[in-house]
Amino acid sequence: MSALVTSTGRLQRLLALVPYVMSRKSVGLAETAAAFGVSERELVDDLNLLWCVELRAPDPYCPIDLSYEGGEIVVSQAESMGRPLRLAVDEASALLVALRMLVEVPGLEDRSALSRLIAKLEAAAGEAASVSAQVAVQVDIPDEGAERYAAQIRAALSAGRRLHLRYYVPGRDEATERDVDPMRLHIVEGRPYLEGWCLRAEGMRLFRLDRVLSLDVLDVPAAPPPEAQPVDIDQGLFRPSPDDVPVVLELSPAGRWVAEYYPCESVADLEDGRLRVVLRTPDTGWVRRLALRLGEDGRVISPPSLVADIREAATAALTNYVI
Amino acid sequence: MSKRKTERLLGLVVCLLSTRRYLTAEQIRDAVPGYPEQDDLFKRMFERDKEDLRDLGVPLETGVNHPFDDDRGYRIRQQAYELPELRLEADEAAVLGLAARVWRRAELAGAAAGALLKLRAAGIDADPKTLDEHSPVPQGIEPRLGTPEPAFGPLWEAVRDRRPVTFSYRAAGRSDPQRRELEPWGVVNRHGRWYVAGWDRGRNATRVFRLGRIAGPVKFCGPSGRVTVPDGVDVRELVRDWDSAPAQEHTALLRVRTGAGVGLRRHAVSVRPDDTAEGWDLVTTRFGDLGWFADYVAWFGSDAVVLDPPDLREAVIRHLKGVLA
Repeated sequence: MSALVTSTGRLQRLLALVPYVMSRKSVGLAETAAAFGVSERELVDDLNLLWCVELRAPDPYCPIDLSYEGGEIVVSQAESMGRPLRLAVDEASALLVALRMLVEVPGLEDRSALSRLIAKLEAAAGEAASVSAQVAVQVDIPDEGAERYAAQIRAALSAGRRLHLRYYVPGRDEATERDVDPMRLHIVEGRPYLEGWCLRAEGMRLFRLDRVLSLDVLDVPAAPPPEAQPVDIDQGLFRPSPDDVPVVLELSPAGRWVAEYYPCESVADLEDGRLRVVLRTPDTGWVRRLALRLGEDGRVISPPSLVADIREAATAALTNYVI
Repeated sequence: MSKRKTERLLGLVVCLLSTRRYLTAEQIRDAVPGYPEQDDLFKRMFERDKEDLRDLGVPLETGVNHPFDDDRGYRIRQQAYELPELRLEADEAAVLGLAARVWRRAELAGAAAGALLKLRAAGIDADPKTLDEHSPVPQGIEPRLGTPEPAFGPLWEAVRDRRPVTFSYRAAGRSDPQRRELEPWGVVNRHGRWYVAGWDRGRNATRVFRLGRIAGPVKFCGPSGRVTVPDGVDVRELVRDWDSAPAQEHTALLRVRTGAGVGLRRHAVSVRPDDTAEGWDLVTTRFGDLGWFADYVAWFGSDAVVLDPPDLREAVIRHLKGVLA
């Protein structure tokens, strides 16, 4: 890790290190190393480097004086380096955009801390904050229902209570009933999700709030089993299993949205803007529906059994129109 | 090598911060150890160092001490360099930690971490473990933002630096990507997807593009500062207008099998049993775009039949025949 840090990256750290120690009077080596994400050895190297800084003219002198005896760092002199460098445009934007997104997160009772922090950061960042206005994130609040559900989930999370969901599964065109022990409320890609232990599936599940048909907080304590471990959502929400069936689909230009909407194992360009995609799924039922929906804009190539299913389903649907 | 450079850059920052007068390159070479003797080597190295410091956001000023000085000098004004005084309440510091985690693994994650480091250096504690009890955001709420579109990085830079860009874009339903030249005004995430809004030079009009439909690299096609965002432009609104579904001004009557068609019933105006057909309900619902709704009805296969209007009924029949074609 540290071998990859550039000279300027290390300079950034050094410029932050001096004020970090000064603002705390004295601070332990281990604690500081953890805050900066470096080893204690690297930190000691940094401190030695700072201590050795020398200016030669007009008279030679060392502007920084510090010690770390007994594992406690103290900076006794630091010239004009006592404050951190102001926020760069990227830095101010990263925080402000994230905070403005948090303001929109459904189900928060108290947004005043967010608003106060945004105002303080805007003031501190000065001009660097202005660009952040050109980046915006809108959190989907599909309907008023989702806002209400999010508030209920939040209440259930803090009270440690079980939830009962009626949940819509479009791929099977089903309204399912299930009890869920809530674990987290995620906002991923601007869309709210409930993550919890589903007692019906006996596994961790993610539920899109815009597909919740109704939600009740039960008078039962949530008791997720020890194996209920949070999903690492940074790895992506949908992880196909190797047992899943691979489905090959060919899409016309008008059907390319499929590749944007569903996670595909592979996407290959064909002639005339057409695409060939491979999806993996444990249940080909929803692909049959997808093919019906796509019509001429998408063609399932394999597996052959699914191709036959789709023809049968389309024929059955057309029969309804013959009078 | 890299350590010597860090030492030199650090010396340069300290040197320029501690002077009120502008220092010439010559004076800097005398004061900061690590610069070479040969003039041309020094000049090149000094140019690169200045560039590096500016990239870090160090406000390097150039000027002269007297109007009749020949050589321009350099200094860093302390007030321009320093993060202004900032005090946070415990609940504010708690949400700060949460905000920094939003970008985990995404394009601006490094910038968020850098900002957090500077704020910590200003004496602010944003350690989530000790702060959760103060947090107005309850535990278990974990918002995340991703930037899977490769175009995000260059477009963010272009918006930040107000630079025009060019890229090839595949509009929805078109077979060939087309070259576009854009003065970008802002990027917006909506429904989990990133968009860029701005002035399309080729079309001479305001346009919105979805980043996921940009094919190949985004290239700068002009210097920084060349783009002016017109007063009163709200990029969120532009994207919302571009993306919003048409108003649901049409009404459809469908026959839907009992116990099926949950998606159609969810947003129905009315559902009642069909007295003429056992096992079926009559569902009245509203829709905006006829083509879109015909596709959607096909999703439900033989569980949903359009009775009215006739053009919707025809569209569904045509669509289903397309599946068999």
